[in-house]
Formats: sequence, structure tokens, C-alpha cells
Amino acid sequence: MRALPPRSPLNIASTPVMTAASAPTRFPHRHLLGIEGLSRLDIEALLDQSEAAVALSRQVEKKRTTLRGRTQINLFFEPSTRTQSSFELAGKRLGADVMNMSVASSSVKKGETLIDTAATLNAMRPDIIVVRHHAAGAVHLLARKVDCSVVNAGDGAHEHPTQALLDGLTIRRNKGRIEGLRVAICGDVLHSRVARSNIILLQALGARVRVIGPSTLLPTGIERFGVEVFTDMRKGLDGCDIVMMLRLQRERMNGSFVPSVKEYFRYYGLDADKLALAAPDALVMHPGPMNRGVEISSEIADGAQSLIREQVEMGVAVRMAVLEVLATHLPNG
Amino acid sequence: MTALVLSNATLLDPATGREGLGSILIEDGRIADIAWGTAPGTPENSQKIDCGSLLLTSGLIDLRAFVGEPGAEHRETLASASAAAAAGGVTTLVCMPDTNPVIDGAPIVDFVLRRARDTACVTVLPAAAITKGLAGKEMTEFGLLQEAGAVAFTDGLKAVTNAQVMRRALTYARDFGALLMQHVEEPDLVGEGVMNEGEMASRLGLTGIPREAETVMLERDIRLVRLTGARYHAAMISCADSVEIVRRAKQDGLPVTCGVSVNNLVLNEGDIGHYRTFCKLSPPLRTEADRHAVVQALNDGVIDVIVSDHNPQDVETKRLPFAEAADGALGIETLLGAALRLVHTGDMPLARLLAALSANPAKLLGREAGRLAVGAPADLVLIDTDVPYVLDKRALKSRSKNSPFDEARLQGAAMLTLVGGRIVHRSDFFESAA
Repeated sequence: MRALPPRSPLNIASTPVMTAASAPTRFPHRHLLGIEGLSRLDIEALLDQSEAAVALSRQVEKKRTTLRGRTQINLFFEPSTRTQSSFELAGKRLGADVMNMSVASSSVKKGETLIDTAATLNAMRPDIIVVRHHAAGAVHLLARKVDCSVVNAGDGAHEHPTQALLDGLTIRRNKGRIEGLRVAICGDVLHSRVARSNIILLQALGARVRVIGPSTLLPTGIERFGVEVFTDMRKGLDGCDIVMMLRLQRERMNGSFVPSVKEYFRYYGLDADKLALAAPDALVMHPGPMNRGVEISSEIADGAQSLIREQVEMGVAVRMAVLEVLATHLPNG
Repeated sequence: MTALVLSNATLLDPATGREGLGSILIEDGRIADIAWGTAPGTPENSQKIDCGSLLLTSGLIDLRAFVGEPGAEHRETLASASAAAAAGGVTTLVCMPDTNPVIDGAPIVDFVLRRARDTACVTVLPAAAITKGLAGKEMTEFGLLQEAGAVAFTDGLKAVTNAQVMRRALTYARDFGALLMQHVEEPDLVGEGVMNEGEMASRLGLTGIPREAETVMLERDIRLVRLTGARYHAAMISCADSVEIVRRAKQDGLPVTCGVSVNNLVLNEGDIGHYRTFCKLSPPLRTEADRHAVVQALNDGVIDVIVSDHNPQDVETKRLPFAEAADGALGIETLLGAALRLVHTGDMPLARLLAALSANPAKLLGREAGRLAVGAPADLVLIDTDVPYVLDKRALKSRSKNSPFDEARLQGAAMLTLVGGRIVHRSDFFESAA
């Protein structure tokens, strides 16, 4: 029996832009919809650009004019404090006019509003829209309906590219490299867009990625992502250079995916005891917001091995870098 | 009614597989004569159509089509569904009871039949609900519904999940010789799932539907068939494991049959690409290995019929993020063209495909259509199996446009469709010498 020709749907996360014959663009995408579809060079270019933004953000004068006259809309269908403020600050430091729109998903008829809102916002002629939505693929849908650049600030359990970039930057600055590092991503991988984006990014940069969690919180087919899978955290942490914890949503704690907080912390919470099994110089990360005493103990979260606060700083820098490279594709940009 | 002669055709009887050049004489809506090889006696004043040696066979019979009438006429009416059917070479469609009101009482069956008589150009046969209001609790009046004209019983998009209700329905249906068609899907295992469970869903960040949602329900039902001895038809199976379950049941001599959606025969989960909601279906598109398994099962006769699973949805229910969009795809007009892909790829002989599209469903329903035989209704379709085209959803006759085959390259279409001897569709591609 002959097969139909195989179809590969997964490499169109970002729309490549044909540039004029002259200068090759460093970042050949109009949108940032995911890490999937980015090359190693794309990712490294973004991280390099972020370093400059880190330096800028540590000065007294933190402003640039790259986005002067540009309009950036932060469209959040899901509540978010840190990501939204991080994008807001990034846009403002680059001189953009930033508008925040929070659309509580309960008060609107879902989806219909997404397309309608996209059309409405598009009519206001923004240059960049930053979108978070609770449904996977929603940002792609929106990107098809607008004329400006779109940045995915998290879509369902699909991708959260700027989080993976800021994690990559944090690791690179602290370890000097990503290539060859052993990274453990622990906890609720099933529902985590952070995990998906990080797996793709870290592997693209040459890290060896492990995922650790109870089987009820691991996606089907995860072993086909090229990661090592562990359900025993103690075994999984052995020799790891980076321990990346994920947030466990409250509604998944009591009986639906894991029996109880107590049991979860006992077997999958990061405490000093378990961290001791990782490499002696292992560093700990968490995308926030943390559930102290659920997936991570306070002692570790605030301890010497924690990079959690630095991640927040890198978040602003990475988002500045993303906005800057996308701005090179804007008309007259 | 004047006689009609369809001459110079390649005849293929899907009931027997007999194939050869010949002509068909139609009188009073029925096949009056079939001349294999020779020209038939032509009555005076008869109309003649030269078929140009194209394929002439029985019209397609689609056991699973959702029509919006009554209740959702903005999506599809009996008139628009039947026009789409005719254009696709489908001469009989079985409409699902998922209407508003639900087809769960004789008066509604009667309404649908009368509306169809007045507005539809193909034969419309209503399937009635197994349970009142599709609620899965109380049986409908199988006897009275059959008398009113219901040809089968199904809860449409839903499975009868309560095993006791299903057991009683099967037991009672046996006494009336009624055909139960179950949508084999265990809703608790589907949960929030929106596409096939596996690597692809995990990469897209979508919740998966395990194959076990289908196999658990199928195995349970087959146990109940063993218990009750009733006839049972699994409306659509989608994966290799289900094929094995049905194969075993048939080997054990149980009165079990099953169907497959044309979508699961020619598409796989990869067609979802980046969240194409037109490929959000129930059962979901599975892997290429599963697609191969169902194609093979159709070849082996484990799967009896191909259905279009025609389910018109409008922009408001489809232009949404994937997880929030409605299930379902248009299918009846593209059923033939899509299914012919299997013939063109060499996966299936034409005769086998046409049997699954007409003779087998006719047999399941106990209808006399679905065969080329003297005395049978002149429900016929003239097919150019090779004509290539790019499908344009705007040209579809359906009121909705949610076709997963939009812009697909297809080969093969209905040139002429006849229902009861009356021409209900003539393709723009078809130029008769007559």
C-alpha cells in the first residue's frame, strides 16, 4: 500500500520574511509565535541582542528610541502580572507607546471576541501586538488576521517563547554555555507551555534535557521529543546542572492529576535533600509565580543556588530584544 | 414518464462487482433493462444519453449526514444537503437525529420525510434517536418510529454511555429488527480532548483523545451484542485497535458491522497542521498508521461502509481557537472525490470502494437500491473517475463551507446523478454526445 505524501505541519510557527536583496536580516521572521521554527542562529542572535538590553537596563538612563513613534498593544486574555509588566517595561524602554488590554475571558464570548478584537485592534494600526491566550493556537489564529507583528506571550499549553529565551539567557550568563549542559524540567510538563518552549530551545542550543514528573503530568509521546523521561525525581536529578521547576496549578493538586499537595511535595517538590542529588554547582530556576511548599521549598527558592530573581530581570531584556528585532521588519523600520 | 437510455457506459454493479460496457434502460423510475455489451431495445420517444464510456454505477448511499433541519437551517437544510449530495453522486442520505427538536418521535420523522419529499432532490431517510432527547436515559419508540419511516437508530454525535440503557435498547431493538448505530466514543476518556492523543497533540499543546475512548466503548458494546444477540453497527471506527476488535467479533459470528468516515480514510492528524479547525473531527483524525489500518480493513471487508460524516458548521463555530471550535466537516459533496483517492493511489480496487459506498449500506438498511439490477430503483451516478480539479469551497452547494478538502487536488467526480430515473445533477464537466 502506498502512503499519502507525508505532511509536516510544524515548521511554520513564524512567517519568514523575504528581505530586499541587500542586507540580510539577522532575524528572518515577522512574528515570534514560538521557539519551534527558529534556527539556532535565530535564537543566538536574540540572546546576543538581549545582553545589550541587560546592560542598558542597568544604567540610570534606560531609554532607547528604537520603537519611538511605534504602538505596542499588550493583549492579555489570561491574567498575568509579571509577563505583562515585563513586556510593558520592555516596550517603554525602547520608546514605544504601550497600551495594555486585559480581556477577562469569562466576560466575553470566547473566540468570537478573539477575531473581532483582532480586527478592532488592527484598525487602530498598532505596530506590535503581544498576545496571551488560554487556548493553544489562538495566537497563530490572531496573527493571520492582523497586519502587524505578533509576539506570543503564551498560548494555552503550546508555547511561551520569551520565557524560554529568558531562561536560555539566564543559563548562558551563569554557566557560560548551554551546549552539553544537563537540564531537568520538573513537574507539570503536561500543561506547561514553558516546558515545551524550553525543550525546543535548549535542545536547539545543544543541552541534554530531562523531564521529571508523575506520569499523569507528562504528555503522551514526550519521549519522542528527544528528552529523557523520569518519574522518579531522585533518579532524574542525578548529575543535573540546571533544575527547572514548573508551577502546579491549584485545580490540579487535589485528586485530579496528583492525590494531594502533601504527596506531591514529598515526591516531586524540590527541597535541599533532592537538590543534593544534582550536580554540586546546580542552579535552580522557576518561571513563577511559585507555589512555595508545593513544587519548591522556600529554602531553595531563596537559596544561593536560585536564579529565580535573575530570571525576572532577564525577562525584560529578552523582551526588549524581541521587540527590537521584530521592529526591523516594520514598515520604514 | 418517458423512457431514458444511458448508453455506451462502463457499467459496474457494486453488489456483484460485475463490470463491462453496456447500457441501461430506465422506465418509471426503475431500471427496466440492462444490456451488458449490447445496445438495449430502445422504446420509441425515449431520451438517450451517450455516456462516453464513463463509469455508470449505483448512486452512493451515505449512512451518516447531519442536516440542520429542523432547528439549524442556517447551517444546512434538507434542500441544500440534498443538492450537495446530488452533486457528489449521493442518491440516498440518512440524516441524523441531532436536530432541534430531536428526531425521537414519529411526528418528527413524518415532518422530515414530508419536508424531504417537498424540498429534497435525493432520497432522505431519517435515523431516529435511540434515547429520548438524545439524553441517554430512556428508549424511544422503536416500533412506531420504524413504522413512521425511521430506517435506523442512533444518538448521533453521542454514544449511549449507560450500559444498562444500551443493553435494553439492543434487546428491544432485536425484537423489531431495528438497526442501532452507535457513535463509539467514551466521553469521560475524551474529556477535554480535541485531537488524537500522541506526539502531535503534545507538540501543539492540545489535549489528546486516546484511541481507548473508542476501543473501550466498542469492546463494551460487543460484549452487550454477545449478551443480547442484537444487530449492532459501529458508526465510525478510526484506529487499528478498533479494526481488530471488529474483526474478532465478526469471526465469532456476531451480528456486528461498522463504518468509517471518509476523512479517516484519506486524512491524518498531520492535516491539522497549525490548528486547522476544519480538521477537528469526532472521531479525530489519527496517525498515518491508523489510516493504513482502516484502509486495509475496508479492503478486507472488516469495515463495511464508508460514510461522509457530513456535519455543516458555520464561521461562528469554526473560526475559533482549535480547542474551542466545534467538531465536524462537510463531506457529502466530496465523499466520492475524496474516496477515489484510494483508487488512484492503488490502495483499493474501484469495485470494493463502490460496494462500501452503495451496495453495503443498502444491504444494512434493507433497501433495494445500491445495485444494478432490473427492477431496482434507477438511483444511478455517472462518474468520470479521472477528471482532475482543485476543490473550491465557495462552489460547494452546502450552506456551510467547512470542508477539509478546500483547495485540495481531487480526481473524479459525478457527471450525472439520477434519483428514481430523474436527473438531479449534471456536472459542468459533462458533455454528452446525445
